[in-house]
Amino acid sequence: MADPLRAPHDWLDREAGPVVRPYAVTQGRVAPSATEYDLVAFVESTGAADAAPGMHLQPEHHAIVSACWDPVTVVELASRLDLSIGVLRVLLGDLRSAGLISLSQPAAAEQPPDVDVLKAVVHGLRAL
Amino acid sequence: MVSERSDGSRVPVALKILIAGGFGVGKTTLVSSVSEIRPLQTEEVLSGGDDADDTGLVEGKTTTTVTMDFGRITITDDLLLYLFGTPGQDRFWFLWDELSQGALGAVVLADTRRLADCFPSIDYFEQRGTPFVVGVNTFDQDKRFTPDAVAGALDLDPGVPVVLCDARDASSARNVLIELVEYVARKQLTSAGRR
Repeated sequence: MADPLRAPHDWLDREAGPVVRPYAVTQGRVAPSATEYDLVAFVESTGAADAAPGMHLQPEHHAIVSACWDPVTVVELASRLDLSIGVLRVLLGDLRSAGLISLSQPAAAEQPPDVDVLKAVVHGLRAL
Repeated sequence: MVSERSDGSRVPVALKILIAGGFGVGKTTLVSSVSEIRPLQTEEVLSGGDDADDTGLVEGKTTTTVTMDFGRITITDDLLLYLFGTPGQDRFWFLWDELSQGALGAVVLADTRRLADCFPSIDYFEQRGTPFVVGVNTFDQDKRFTPDAVAGALDLDPGVPVVLCDARDASSARNVLIELVEYVARKQLTSAGRR
């Protein structure tokens, strides 16, 4: 006998593609602004996810916390966890208000890097 | 500019370089030939803008997925370079604004057989004031045009470097990046001297 809880969906197969819309994971919330989480801003976990008992965390939240014990950029995190940038930004916002991650914005967003840094880049590229 | 962490170690600095140019000019190829990681893709899911909720007429499609290629070069433990291939389609221009925010500069790849394809990228970076160099991707040993001829055809501002390159070749692609970073450094020294 078929499991009554699982209605048969013969029309659903791998070819159908994702059946959950991307922003379902954020309960439909969208990121307030892109500027807060630059693609190359570094995210770092500051506490274990179970250290925020008052907050309902989803599996994606836990995945983020465990993926950034070492600082990792927003864009690499999105790629590693296969989340779209927009979705990731919403989840990062949740984790940040819960105090579970910290964010280091790239210094270059406000001012261009100084000539010493540029020289180091050129030197590094030559040495590759 | 490196921020201290609580345990005294430091969060690295990441710099962004954009790789722009027309469709099929070799942006992804260039990113993959210099990146130490296989070029990764990330997705930006877009809603249809202000009228996204107006699905009365069009059923179904309210989001579009744009994929961006990116690659990474580790200069030192504290200094990383990220390369972003810009989305080629014109309707994703607004994504460029985000990518260009805080970017060190850009490489505009050009194909001399379809030079006009890189005009929009050049216009964009000129208007934004983002420093850029033009890399002429030499397909099939096609070296009929000198960098000066290309610079003239593109009506570039004086001083904007034009370099011939082969996007498939790691050292050639790296040279284009070096050219860009040196150009940015020159520009900064000049503007510092003027102050």
